[in-house]
Amino acid sequence: MAEVLAAADLGVLLGALRARGYRVVGPRVAAGVIQYAELDDAGDLPHGWTDEQAPGRYRLARRDDDAYFGYAVGPHSWKRELLPPRVRLWQASRDGLAVEEEETDYQPTAFVGVRPCELAAIAIQDRVFLDGRFADRDYAARRADVFLVAVECGSPSSLCFCSSLGTGPGATDGFDLALTELHAGEHRFLVRSGSSAGNAVLADLPTRPAARADLETAEQVVEAAARAQAGRFAAEDVHDLLLRNLESPHWDAVAERCLSCGNCTLVCPTCFCTHVEDTSSLDGETAARDRVWDTCFSLRYAEMHGGNTRPTTRARYRQWLTHKLATWEDQFGTSGCVGCGRCIAWCPAAIDIRAEVAAIRQEDAHAHA
Amino acid sequence: MTRKPTLAVWKFSSCDGCQLSLLDCEDELLAVAGAVEIAYFLEASSAVARGPYDLSLVEGSITTPHDAERIHQVRRVSKTLVSIGACATTGGIQALRSAHRLGDLVSAVYARPEYISTLRTSTAIADHVPVDFELQGCPIAKAQLLEVVGALLAGRRANVPTYSVCVECKRAGVPCVLVSRGLPCLGPATQAGCGALCPSYGRGCFGCFGPKEQASDVEAPSLASAFGR
Ligand code: SF4
Ligand code: SF4
Ligand code: SF4
Ligand code: SF4
Repeated sequence: MAEVLAAADLGVLLGALRARGYRVVGPRVAAGVIQYAELDDAGDLPHGWTDEQAPGRYRLARRDDDAYFGYAVGPHSWKRELLPPRVRLWQASRDGLAVEEEETDYQPTAFVGVRPCELAAIAIQDRVFLDGRFADRDYAARRADVFLVAVECGSPSSLCFCSSLGTGPGATDGFDLALTELHAGEHRFLVRSGSSAGNAVLADLPTRPAARADLETAEQVVEAAARAQAGRFAAEDVHDLLLRNLESPHWDAVAERCLSCGNCTLVCPTCFCTHVEDTSSLDGETAARDRVWDTCFSLRYAEMHGGNTRPTTRARYRQWLTHKLATWEDQFGTSGCVGCGRCIAWCPAAIDIRAEVAAIRQEDAHAHA
Repeated sequence: MTRKPTLAVWKFSSCDGCQLSLLDCEDELLAVAGAVEIAYFLEASSAVARGPYDLSLVEGSITTPHDAERIHQVRRVSKTLVSIGACATTGGIQALRSAHRLGDLVSAVYARPEYISTLRTSTAIADHVPVDFELQGCPIAKAQLLEVVGALLAGRRANVPTYSVCVECKRAGVPCVLVSRGLPCLGPATQAGCGALCPSYGRGCFGCFGPKEQASDVEAPSLASAFGR
């Protein structure tokens, strides 16, 4: 069942979410980029803005229409919400040697403007943090009351390659509501529900049933977005390709450019590496343990008793690329990459993982010719 | 109650900015004073307790023959010695002299060069005596100073990461000024610690926290290629 919401009524959706007790977080223009932040009303959305992206470069630009979601993705991802940069795990006091776990009583949050690749990224982190024997208490608590408003992609950037990985540009599942922004004729949104919570919110909105023309237009938007990024990445053989080229001289070539700064991992919506930081008060009365974002590009991350397993940039870059695109599959059953392009845009050295894979593929073909 | 550990703060060739970070601790200063006996800190008080000291914080670089002798005395009376700030950990801005002929510089700067007794180089404390911990920064971050003191008192490893400023920048959610505005930023090669102060105010990092871990492996052309892209 699909409905149509007039663009002018987008604020009603945000209001309906707020009325149900959700904190509403979504895209807004701040400090020259589209960030995720709390939204007061639809006026906070980046309408009329788009992003122009290239390796190592991101700029906002004006659109010639007033699209609300006419951009690709910004530097933030939803992991800021679900796996925040710093989380207190517990604190202890000497007084009676009490150890307290932190409260995990979080306000329900609605994520507005979740891209299909980001739905895929959330699904990947769900698998990492919720499945298996050890569910993560904090992640589970934050994730439990999240309402996902997906928005299908109409304006992919030059760095997007979701269509090669099957994670976008259309949204098929994993959302509560999915919107498609339509411009042809009246400015409106096609709205589909993907859950009972979605049904309930949809029932609050001043929508009309979608006509065939609405559905067709929405399909065209998504198809055009897929066409625009066709052939940007060959995903099929990448697992075996990388793993049989672990000693490729190309890793040395990338290491000459890579700054080991960690930006790629920190912007990646699926990267989850953290370390725990123990602190104590000066008087020695209290101690605490925080979980903090880390990166496999930091030297300490691979430090263990007896030595460091990744002492060079070559080793660390190889870890990043092979984990994302190959061993992640062995570990979690999917690729660790959803094709959002963030690691390419936000790499100061303009390193493009697609180009690095292509270079290794070419070398491999040469070696096996 | 057991005796409180004693703290001494020493100054060599420097601007005093790092020592002042300790005074600048305001809210935490009482906690510091509660945890240690500040036994030697001329910047804060003229009262001097005799050594030895449990913890010595050393600011400044070694630039004169007298400095080079005095640092050995400081080491002798200090159980743990932490050098603080760019001068103490690298030789500081005054190390620029190493690239010039000393005589030329002295006569260019001073009216009576014959009064000047100085070494040809300005060097880090660790070049002269064993140092237990080096805290980078120009000036150091007071939060890191408190962390180092707290960690030493508790006998644990201090949380002073050696990775890039970018890690803190991303944690803070600051949009990268290099990528989004084309500003030159040394964050990728600079050690974290300031909390990405400059990018938070929309400016590029100029590297005041000094080189990050393995910074010599960062290829300058690769970083420079990012500026103005
Ligand atoms: S590896 Fe890069 S393109 Fe893939 S999901 Fe992570 S940030 Fe996006
Ligand atoms: S690939 Fe780019 S973003 Fe990642 S660590 Fe290297 S230089 Fe930094
Ligand atoms: S602004 Fe500077 S410190 Fe921050 S991520 Fe960009 S390059 Fe790194
Ligand atoms: S961002 Fe760079 S220049 Fe600015 S305070 Fe931090 S280390 Fe110093």
